[in-house]
Amino acid sequence: MNNCTERLYNGLVKENPTFVLMLGMCPTLAVTTSAVNGVGMGLSTTVVLVLSNMLISMLRKIIPDSVRMPAFIVVVASFVTIVQFLLQGFVPSLYSSLGLYIPLIVVNCIILGRAESYASKNPVVPSIFDGIGMGLGFTVGLTCIGIVRELIGSGKIFGVQIMPSSYEPITIFILAPGAFLVLSALVALQNKIKAKTAKTAAGSAETSSAAEE
Amino acid sequence: MKELLIIAIGSALVNNVVLSQFLGICPFLGVSKKVETAAGMGGAVVFVITIASFVTGLIYKYLLANPAILGGRLVYLQTIVFILVIACLVQFVEMFLKKSMPSLYKALGVYLPLITTNCAVLGVALTNVQKEYNILTGVINGFGTAVGFLVAIVIMAGIREKIETNTGIPESFKGTPIVLVTAALMSIAFFGFSGLI
Repeated sequence: MNNCTERLYNGLVKENPTFVLMLGMCPTLAVTTSAVNGVGMGLSTTVVLVLSNMLISMLRKIIPDSVRMPAFIVVVASFVTIVQFLLQGFVPSLYSSLGLYIPLIVVNCIILGRAESYASKNPVVPSIFDGIGMGLGFTVGLTCIGIVRELIGSGKIFGVQIMPSSYEPITIFILAPGAFLVLSALVALQNKIKAKTAKTAAGSAETSSAAEE
Repeated sequence: MKELLIIAIGSALVNNVVLSQFLGICPFLGVSKKVETAAGMGGAVVFVITIASFVTGLIYKYLLANPAILGGRLVYLQTIVFILVIACLVQFVEMFLKKSMPSLYKALGVYLPLITTNCAVLGVALTNVQKEYNILTGVINGFGTAVGFLVAIVIMAGIREKIETNTGIPESFKGTPIVLVTAALMSIAFFGFSGLI
């Protein structure tokens, strides 16, 4: 099971899809107007990722190499359709605020990327954990961006008023430009931490970066 | 006619696909280092999206939502069908161009396979269904969206060529962060178009 925890760590920290690999940028920027949307999108993607990793890993010896891409796409698209209808049925408010971006999970590069680079080459259990790790890493990334944007743009986090009522919300942060600004600031912050850890001694650097994560 | 013009301008400038709807961010950030390659990518996208919105429009109207086939209950398959159609279409367009228009193929060649993963293509197909556009308005919407992508990526590439020689950028903002800041400023600038319609 050591391999499985390693997969989780890999997805959450080492190869975090949002901050390190910079994959799946479209939903990252589009739906993070609030923390709730970020969590919703992240978890929907996680579900699709885990299920598709599982199925693709099971079928990895059956799918011929030459048609693997279309086969992966069909698998992913089927799960996305299922998730879409589940959300529509049970969480209609989230469904309407995520809108077009739920069917667009199909073309999220993370999912096809993991199918191609991990699930199609590894056994079922590690693939499932790889999906969970990557999905949670994506969820954490989206939630971070969502929290920053919601806090600055409307003074709330998860819909709860945080800022004092005298705080004038900077609306641009929940509009399109704010997404780019927040992401660029977070990536720059990460670069800064990386540069610092590269300079200081390896041992103390690891603890500080772990604390930052 | 006036209605078509409004759809085209609306999708190209006011609701710019990259800067306000966040579709196709990956190529927008990845292939915008040089104006030439950006224009190549943009051209390929215009080509594919326009054809794709026509083909998916036809399939939706006459196959999925056709009352004669299972009473139009196949609509739930749209995501799967559209993504497969787009993937096949890109392959087909590539082969067709290779045979019949080698010069255009040479210009677009490298970028065509990349387009399958451009979510703008699927995004347009789904938007057309969602907004209940007919085939003509759907194609116009697709074309406008793609032109919007072309405009955005070429402007971005132009700015990035200048940024590379700028030494005033803080160390931690070099690379992706400064590109994202540029995108934010462009996005603010494109807000100016919202008064157009």
